[in-house]
Amino acid sequence: MTATALQSSSPAQTAPVDRSRALGRLKLSDNAFRLLTFGAAILVLALLLGVLVSLFVGALPAFREFGVGFLFSDAWSPPREKFGAATAIYGTLVTSLIAMLIAVPIGLGIAVFLTELCWLPLRRPIGVAIELLAGIPSIIYGIWGVYYFRPVMQSYIQPFLINTLGNVPGIGFLFQGPPFGYGVLTAGLILALMILPFITAVSRDVFETVPPVLKEAAYGVGSTTFEVVGNIVIPYTRVGVIGGVMLALGRALGETMAVTFVIGNATKIQSSILAQGTTISAMIANQFADADPGLFTSSLLALGFILFVITFLVLAAARWMLAHMQLKA
Amino acid sequence: MSSVEAQRAARGAVGDVEKVQVRGLNFYYGQTRALKDVSLNLYQGRVTAFIGPSGCGKSTLLRVLNRMYDLYPGQRAEGEVLLDGENILAPNLDLNLLRSRVGMVFQKPTPFPMTIYDNIAFGIRLYEKIPKSEMDARVEQALSRAALWSEVKNKLNASGLSLSGGQQQRLCIARTVAISPEVILFDEPASALDPISTAKIEELIDELSGDYTIAIVTHNMQQAARVSQFTAFMYLGEMVEFDETNTVFTAPRDKRTQDYVTGRFG
Amino acid sequence: MTAASYAARKARNSIWTILAYAATALGLVMLGIILVTLVWNGLGGLSLDVFTKNTAPPGVVGGLLNSIVGSFIMTGIGLALGAPVGILAGTYLAEYGANSRLAPVVRFINDILLSAPSIVVGLFIYEILVAPVGHFSALAGAVSLAVLGAPIMVRTTEDMLNLVPNTLREAASALGMPRSLVIRHVAYRAVMSGLITGVLLAIARMTGETAPLIFTALGNSLFAVDPRGPMSALPLIIYEFARSPYAEQQKLAWTGALILTFAVLVLSILARVLSATARRQ
Repeated sequence: MTATALQSSSPAQTAPVDRSRALGRLKLSDNAFRLLTFGAAILVLALLLGVLVSLFVGALPAFREFGVGFLFSDAWSPPREKFGAATAIYGTLVTSLIAMLIAVPIGLGIAVFLTELCWLPLRRPIGVAIELLAGIPSIIYGIWGVYYFRPVMQSYIQPFLINTLGNVPGIGFLFQGPPFGYGVLTAGLILALMILPFITAVSRDVFETVPPVLKEAAYGVGSTTFEVVGNIVIPYTRVGVIGGVMLALGRALGETMAVTFVIGNATKIQSSILAQGTTISAMIANQFADADPGLFTSSLLALGFILFVITFLVLAAARWMLAHMQLKA
Repeated sequence: MSSVEAQRAARGAVGDVEKVQVRGLNFYYGQTRALKDVSLNLYQGRVTAFIGPSGCGKSTLLRVLNRMYDLYPGQRAEGEVLLDGENILAPNLDLNLLRSRVGMVFQKPTPFPMTIYDNIAFGIRLYEKIPKSEMDARVEQALSRAALWSEVKNKLNASGLSLSGGQQQRLCIARTVAISPEVILFDEPASALDPISTAKIEELIDELSGDYTIAIVTHNMQQAARVSQFTAFMYLGEMVEFDETNTVFTAPRDKRTQDYVTGRFG
Repeated sequence: MTAASYAARKARNSIWTILAYAATALGLVMLGIILVTLVWNGLGGLSLDVFTKNTAPPGVVGGLLNSIVGSFIMTGIGLALGAPVGILAGTYLAEYGANSRLAPVVRFINDILLSAPSIVVGLFIYEILVAPVGHFSALAGAVSLAVLGAPIMVRTTEDMLNLVPNTLREAASALGMPRSLVIRHVAYRAVMSGLITGVLLAIARMTGETAPLIFTALGNSLFAVDPRGPMSALPLIIYEFARSPYAEQQKLAWTGALILTFAVLVLSILARVLSATARRQ
């Protein structure tokens, strides 16, 4: 036992006083670090408040001049200094709606495919590919949209819609007008393509939280694959899926580059979705650089403020839903 | 007198001195009282085992001794725990200083994500600025003390995580003794290890006793009987019996102790 | 259960299955078409000139040098500003904020910022960094990128630090180590690859953003490295050249898009590989 005993070359223990001093010196940097992290957290908070406040302050002249009517007026005349947000808000909502109507079913379909139907070795590669696609910058969709999709819309899809659905009573008014290829529908479709990977990835993640035992129990009593999906998976993940969809909606509402190229940048609301229009972000992107300071700039800032508030509400609701899904699981 | 004996003499007589005194300790997890009026002594240079069935509070008690519970809000201790006469439950106590005097080895080996050398040097560097040659000696010393030196002396730059489970645990012990604590707390140190490693750890604890005051939580009664001189049996948060190990195992005073050590429950 | 109802159920299942396959085929084909056209158009314009010559007016042989350099500079500054804030705020949420009332609020706000419209961020930075000074600057652009990249790092840092087992923290504390050193020398080290993943994802995001740069950095047809003045960036030049009527500029737009997509994909893949390593530990 004495073979492994301590050599007496060093003191048994540095005196408590020395240790106390060493620790004391560290106390300052210890506190400083904690304060730094706290400060960074406060900064995040301050950023959001900063955005809200600075936009609101900049928008105030427009709000004061036009009042609540700003939201409903589709006037947009820089020389006469008359501005209204209605066209932009309409375009934002309609393009996002179209995007959701297309992307959600397809995205859910792909997610179901990945979790239930796909040949096992392919699941991870396809899943990874989808996630990588979700990271592609939106301007790529924009440039592809204007060079490849718009001509296709102009030559094939829009004429087709005008000739078929354009004659159906009740909804025909949506599909009228000369086919230029640009327009609200085109922008909505590009937007759908852009948020498709995101919806797929989120839905797949949510579907994978279903405990296998639940699905096995259903299979065990003879359910078909889609009966399991409809009776087990969807109800279990309903809240999470809705949360993911709303998250995608939040992104779609704020998207700029994918839609700017193809929406046409008109300033009046038209009933046909094949007609040109604009969205809040497209309007800001196109006109801010040349806007005179004063009511013009202020109106654009007001548009930005409105967009931020809309997205804030949608994202907050999405988050609430996703948080609730966690609690349930 | 050999140098080892000289040091032991410098530390004071072994076995008579109460190094740690626990008086009327109550511990709460939120509103739940987990320790009820616990009192016992840890004698200098001796090994004291805490035994009892799962949930009896033995780990909770151990973790009061270095105020590890302080990391978690909602957990609090009331009463007195004296280390060399000083109450370590006092609110303004320097916790880091306390933990430099009362070390802990955990159930699951937790080497830091660093080289073996740095695992040991890390703690030393916190308190002392010493040149590399001296640090090398201190690292060798600590690893020797933990009976690990011969196995790792040629791979000090390997990651601590590359060692086997038993070696990792001895690394953690080396890390603890490197900063020369006065008390070492072992929380079921061998329960995650194979029997051979377990035997090595028990041997190590036996060697370390005398130079350090040791408390060990174990659910293995044979282990308690092998390594400790004093044993505390706990049940449902109460200190049922505290005495010399021999007495607790061969002639316990309380029926509950008797039932536990004879294996009737637990 | 009758044979007829079982047949009906099987038929329904077949229909849904076909629909699911169709959706997948449609989605993957469309996304594949985009990638194919990107490579097809972009590869044609790829040449040494692209990386050695600056953007030029139509009629003059040009490249994308100033835009590429500008992207590097602005993303670099954006990272230098956003990474400390992101990592430190994430550290607060994971380590110090366990019981505070501030932490849930910050987490909520961070999630909002994560998906907020980037053009709105651009407007905000315009209001505070461009309008008061009277001119556009790469610095303002970098700050807007930082605002978009930081929330990613906050999220990743918090998620990664939450993976560090408490026993590791306790082991360090048991040596008497003060909290900040436990975090910096033990926790950070344990999840270093995870933290870097967050940084890579943030870089990927910052590199690809166009809208916030439109009225902060503005763009610059000349080679510029001074962050106090306007500067070009890849997304900005793609935006400009894609709308140009001149074929050679349109070609450069596609090449720029290809380079941009390639960079973002490489960063994302690196991030995934690192993340897998981190979780395996």
